[in-house]
Amino acid sequence: MFNKDRWREIIEVLTTNVWRTIFTAFGVCWGIFILIVLLAAGKGLENGIKQDFGNIATNTMFMWTRATTKGYEGLPKGRRFEFKIDDVEALRDNVPNLRFISPRNQLGGFGGNNNVVRGIRTGAYNVYGDYPEIINQDPMAVTSGRFLNYNDIREKRKVAIIGQGVKNDLYDKDEDALGTYIKIQGVNFMVIGTYKKNNSGGGEEGQKEIFVPFTSFSQAFNRGEDVGWMAITANDGSSISRLKDKIVDVMKTRHKVHPEDTRAIGYFDLYEQYNRVESLFGALKGVAYIVGIMVLLSGIIGVSNIMLIVVKERTKEIGIRRALGEQPWSIKKQILMESIFLTLISGMVGIIFGSLVIFGINSLLDSVGPVDMFMSPSVSVGVVTGALTILMVSGLLAGFIPAQSAIRVRPIEALRTE
Amino acid sequence: MIEIKDLHKSYKMGSNVLHVLKGINFKVEEGELVAIMGSSGSGKSTLLNILGMLDGADSGEYTLDGVPIKNLSETKAAQYRNKFLGFIFQSFNLINYKSALENVALPLYYQKVPRKERQEKALKYLERVGLKPWADHLPSELSGGQKQRVAIARAMAAEPKVLLADEPTGALDSTTSYEVMDLIQKINDDGNTILVVTHEEDIAHMCKRIVHLKDGVIVEDKKIEQVRAEQYV
Repeated sequence: MFNKDRWREIIEVLTTNVWRTIFTAFGVCWGIFILIVLLAAGKGLENGIKQDFGNIATNTMFMWTRATTKGYEGLPKGRRFEFKIDDVEALRDNVPNLRFISPRNQLGGFGGNNNVVRGIRTGAYNVYGDYPEIINQDPMAVTSGRFLNYNDIREKRKVAIIGQGVKNDLYDKDEDALGTYIKIQGVNFMVIGTYKKNNSGGGEEGQKEIFVPFTSFSQAFNRGEDVGWMAITANDGSSISRLKDKIVDVMKTRHKVHPEDTRAIGYFDLYEQYNRVESLFGALKGVAYIVGIMVLLSGIIGVSNIMLIVVKERTKEIGIRRALGEQPWSIKKQILMESIFLTLISGMVGIIFGSLVIFGINSLLDSVGPVDMFMSPSVSVGVVTGALTILMVSGLLAGFIPAQSAIRVRPIEALRTE
Repeated sequence: MIEIKDLHKSYKMGSNVLHVLKGINFKVEEGELVAIMGSSGSGKSTLLNILGMLDGADSGEYTLDGVPIKNLSETKAAQYRNKFLGFIFQSFNLINYKSALENVALPLYYQKVPRKERQEKALKYLERVGLKPWADHLPSELSGGQKQRVAIARAMAAEPKVLLADEPTGALDSTTSYEVMDLIQKINDDGNTILVVTHEEDIAHMCKRIVHLKDGVIVEDKKIEQVRAEQYV
């Protein structure tokens, strides 16, 4: 297969009519270029959107209580109830494969009044009573000091971790926040850390949060055993979407909610949302493949056409070769190799151009800064090898009909003197 | 060397059947130089095609060097052609993007002879037809006579049992024709079996035997006194 004479011949045949070869090659080149660029654009969009999820643990659900809509065991409908701190233990015991269960309480919220005071400065922030695990579910970078720990929980320390946004509001530019006190709804908390969130989803809001120990929060703001809501993350192997019915059922039993009351406990399944986005990108990728391959197909047909013409032009030569004793298979192989060679080379040129364009876009993005919903378009090595395989196969297909017609050339017909 | 018994061949032309060969019987011994003559349409080219395994007969027997030639697959036919037969055509049929040397080496390539040996052998045969200095020339740079001599060298390169020449002088002027015939005679003198299809009387008389074909049958088959082409060169 790799003998010198065969390759010389391939080169000779393809260079006899250089422009024709180039135009033919362009079809394939263009097809693979479109495929690569489309896939990269899809990836860029995906990267952009997924960035908004940040590195939030996506296998997570949030759960809160609402008023019951059905009477049950003598209790009236329309009853309000709260999760209790014991519910966490109950969930841990009854539902397997849960990784984190974080009970949370919250002060403030969208459009809330000013609830935090430091000296003469005030601000309205979300204040959360949390367990240390929350940092795994709602990741943030601690920029100074430390995050909550279990000693804080146990000893109900009045300490707080504040967001970068809070610090900017309440402190001077080069002031050190650590060790200072802020007054949250009249109760003093010592700042022990600052954080910064890097997911753009929370946006400005995400930087304006204050985390205090769950126990201190309950005590300071009179929540008793109550839990405002819970963030529950499942183990990596199992999906929270499948566990959530079980979780809700456990809560219903513990709080005497009618088993068919679907409105008493509210939840938000982040995993499902994430999956929806995932499948959207799956579909997008599918479209890119289909469009790319369709364009490629017209290139392949071009190659097939040209190979047919080449065979036609070389009918006489093929006849001579066969009269001299060349095996039909050898002729077929020659045509197939020419076709594969042509598609592969032009495809590689397409891949190279595609990569250059992607590279160009990337450096453009780098220079103008981040763009909404679009980030570092790229194609993986897998896609490139996939594209090369597609090329290989299509080269084979493109050469197949011409090769077949080449061995159908009868030597006598080819040699008949006109 | 060649033995043919009751060979029939017909072509379908639309609804008509054209019976081209109507029972040919003939035998060629080793070392013979046979001219096959006949006007156009007499079936001489068809006969040559069948002899050359480029076409199959409808019925009859064909034995070449003791090997029955029948129902060959394309692959087998290609193999036999390569091993047993050398072709010389009226229009030379050289491959025009290959040099004279490469053209001569082509049959050896199909025999999978290593490159170096191939080149040496091809050069030897080119020397024999007197074209060694033209080895690197493309066919387009050669005259008609030279092209035919390259074709003869190519036909001989694979050392076949039989050389089949289809109007080898048809495209040449008479001086060049005689040169080519002189070469063919000399190759025959070395003991090679050669069949020449021609319609030229003088060319036929440079062979040792003339077979006359008319309307698909042999009408005359005679041994003749060979006229040497040398004297005209």
